[in-house]
Amino acid sequence: MMRSDSGSEHREVLDADDVQRALTRIAHEVLERNKGADALVLLGIPTRGVQLADRLAARIADVEGTPVPHGSLDITMFRDDLRLRPARGLGRTELPSGGVDDAVVVLVDDVLFSGRTIRAALDALGELGRPRAVQLAVLVDRGHRQLPIRADYVAKNLPTSNHEQVRVLLSEVDGRDAVVIGGGDAVAAEVS
Amino acid sequence: MTRHLLSAGDLSPDDATLILDTADELARISDRPVKKLPTLRGRTVVNLFFEDSTRTRISFEAAAKRLSADVINFSAKGSSVSKGESLKDTALTLEAMGADAVVIRHSASGAPHTLAHSGWIGGSVVNAGDGTHEHPTQALLDAFTMRRHLTSLDGRSVVVVGDVLHSRVARSNVLLLRTLGAKVTLVAPPTLLPVGVEQWPCEYSYDFDSVLRGADAVMMLRVQRERMNAAFFPSVREYSRRYGLDAERMRRLPEHAIVMHPGPMNRGLEITAEVADSPRAVIVEQVKNGVSVRMAVLYLLLSGSDSALTGQLVPEEVAL
Repeated sequence: MMRSDSGSEHREVLDADDVQRALTRIAHEVLERNKGADALVLLGIPTRGVQLADRLAARIADVEGTPVPHGSLDITMFRDDLRLRPARGLGRTELPSGGVDDAVVVLVDDVLFSGRTIRAALDALGELGRPRAVQLAVLVDRGHRQLPIRADYVAKNLPTSNHEQVRVLLSEVDGRDAVVIGGGDAVAAEVS
Repeated sequence: MTRHLLSAGDLSPDDATLILDTADELARISDRPVKKLPTLRGRTVVNLFFEDSTRTRISFEAAAKRLSADVINFSAKGSSVSKGESLKDTALTLEAMGADAVVIRHSASGAPHTLAHSGWIGGSVVNAGDGTHEHPTQALLDAFTMRRHLTSLDGRSVVVVGDVLHSRVARSNVLLLRTLGAKVTLVAPPTLLPVGVEQWPCEYSYDFDSVLRGADAVMMLRVQRERMNAAFFPSVREYSRRYGLDAERMRRLPEHAIVMHPGPMNRGLEITAEVADSPRAVIVEQVKNGVSVRMAVLYLLLSGSDSALTGQLVPEEVAL
């Protein structure tokens, strides 16, 4: 089940059921905090934040009985490390038809780490309009922040060491739901 | 990795697809109220134009500015070039001013290649048209436009009609479309097809009417009036009748086929006004797409510590 070609240890910290329950809980927290789904817009950060935002929107829609606008927000062109790495392709920015002006935007990402992705997301969002408020939902907060940024909704706080890698697997992309943690070379994945 | 874009033939299928996909995302930005990204802030792009070209220059200028690069326009007229400065001295001047990229248009085929490989400048070189050789960003914007209308280019049939002999647009299109899996047919009078066209990775024909039925896209090339007296064809009327796209020929195209032209058009010569203004003509759209494609090229060459383009040649690459 678990890939261990590299020989390093890695373990599953959330299984499929845990991920499901966590998303349901976050959906309720979002609704509770914002007193309903009015003016809510969920924006996922590619890649896996997009699927998480889709799922959250579906859950909130189930509870409230009305569809919730959701989309994706690519941050590539706003990264602060662009010049440290070779140029790369872009992800998709897809806003709901109503835009983000005066909305309460909930940014959705899989892992919160340095906070630099979220800083870039705030800049990217600023180009698209002026939300009334911006909140942040993440599946995993693994610590090691380099910027004064925190999440409003967290499924799992996961103390990690800096060299470990945390990877969120989602059935839409990876065939199953899980959160996996491993040594530096254990999970060959880009973790933002 | 390749820092330059000199020939459409230098692009691997992955490179070409990456540029088109990136352009797709960037095209969405031009629909936004704020059409600007901070990505190339602090980078300098020099438009070095030794030949007149309004549309290509302003397209590159718009592309660079939307990415927040500083743009310096350097045109040969009224510059020290008209006082006899060499390409080398001009290049050294630009290098001293800190150009991160030089977009060059030159009447001599191979000038961008010389600039890129001379060691005179350290930045990226983008070919914006050199002599009768190549115009890779035009081919990219053409491919981008076709992909938007025809979903994919794989297996599609593209007919390129007109003065292939002098056309850098045709050369770049043949190379790029082949890379992307499309079939190209060149149509021209024998006098306007280059020697050795049999060796190009495409078909050719002298008979426009015979290829209409199977075309997914028809690209009309500009008749270069300046060459009109060189006896490449008997008369303008004769050329129009045999190789011009009029409403009658357009009706014989498949229903989904699009009509393209790199501009500027000679209405009534290679294309009638009726065709140029018809809904099947995507000529204005090509201009708009040019900005997105050039943004993608500048972004992929300049935004990182290294270019995103691999420049890996397909083994059986043919040089035109």
